[in-house]
Amino acid sequence: MSTACFSIRRVGRTALACASLLLMTACATRQAPTYDYTAFKASRPKSILVLPPVNNTPDVMATPAVLAQVTLPLAESGYYVMPVTLVAETFKENGLSLPPEMHAVMPAKLQQIFGADAALYLTVTRYGASYAVLDSAAVVSVSARLVDLRSGQALWSGSASASNNEGGGGNQGGIVGLLVAAVVKQILNSVTDASFPVAGMASQRLLSARPGGLLYGPRSPRYGTD
Amino acid sequence: MIKHIAACAAGVALSACVQAPKSLYGWGSYQGQVYEHLKGTSGPEQQITALEADLQRLRAVGAAPPPGYHAHLGLLYAALGKDDAALRELQTEKHLFPESAHYIDFLLSKSVKSAQGEPSKEKTQP
Repeated sequence: MSTACFSIRRVGRTALACASLLLMTACATRQAPTYDYTAFKASRPKSILVLPPVNNTPDVMATPAVLAQVTLPLAESGYYVMPVTLVAETFKENGLSLPPEMHAVMPAKLQQIFGADAALYLTVTRYGASYAVLDSAAVVSVSARLVDLRSGQALWSGSASASNNEGGGGNQGGIVGLLVAAVVKQILNSVTDASFPVAGMASQRLLSARPGGLLYGPRSPRYGTD
Repeated sequence: MIKHIAACAAGVALSACVQAPKSLYGWGSYQGQVYEHLKGTSGPEQQITALEADLQRLRAVGAAPPPGYHAHLGLLYAALGKDDAALRELQTEKHLFPESAHYIDFLLSKSVKSAQGEPSKEKTQP
């Protein structure tokens, strides 16, 4: 009798473990939708021009923080990235100082000046500390569109978010402790530029070559394997 | 037993591969410097000092500077009016990354034109 009970409990536990495993895989699949890479594979860009990101948030630091951290994931994925500071300077010298104006320039004109194979259009949709009753986190969300500059054709698009509160948990000290910790964290998040590393995480997530994301570029040893 | 250990070792080696793929470039403080530059919170001298020091460290470990590193140095030297150093850095970028040739040539032809024709514009970057 007792052994029967025990085995039922065991089966239950195994089923639970299986269910949670399934749930996790389901999440992972949702994160990586299959994407139609026909145009991307035909284009095979070597160099990418990253336009300064359009900022749809109230925080003026969103554009510099994201722009400063897009080179790493793209370059490590095998692409040449047009020098971001020089590119911003060239736009300014040509009378364009706001990202939406830069994004409105025709692809052919961008190709003529920068000679890049593709352009990456970024929009920051969330940036900075958000105070939510029990917790506070720096959250950054960015969306991206990669366009072939010779044909004007869209090659890929995607979006990603990151937070410095991921996997956080195990708080102690009751409800008051939680509230105090949240307020302290909010203050810390705004004065120490806590969003900057979070922007780096979002950018890595969005622009590192992976299934569903960008393909590897010609400077990567994994070029042509995906 | 030995077979088990070997399997374990292979597993560990594999997971090590997955966790730490070899990076193509050495980054030093490059992206942080670019952030300071874009925010306007750090002047060209400070950035040049940091980036040149990083470059020495990168060379010492045999790491390659990433795309844009030398081009950004070129921009900083140009902001200080050090045209020779700026030219050298831009040409290094072009040499390391032929993908940049079209753009670097565009920049150089423009600066030659402005040196010959109308008075050159002062850089407004701090």
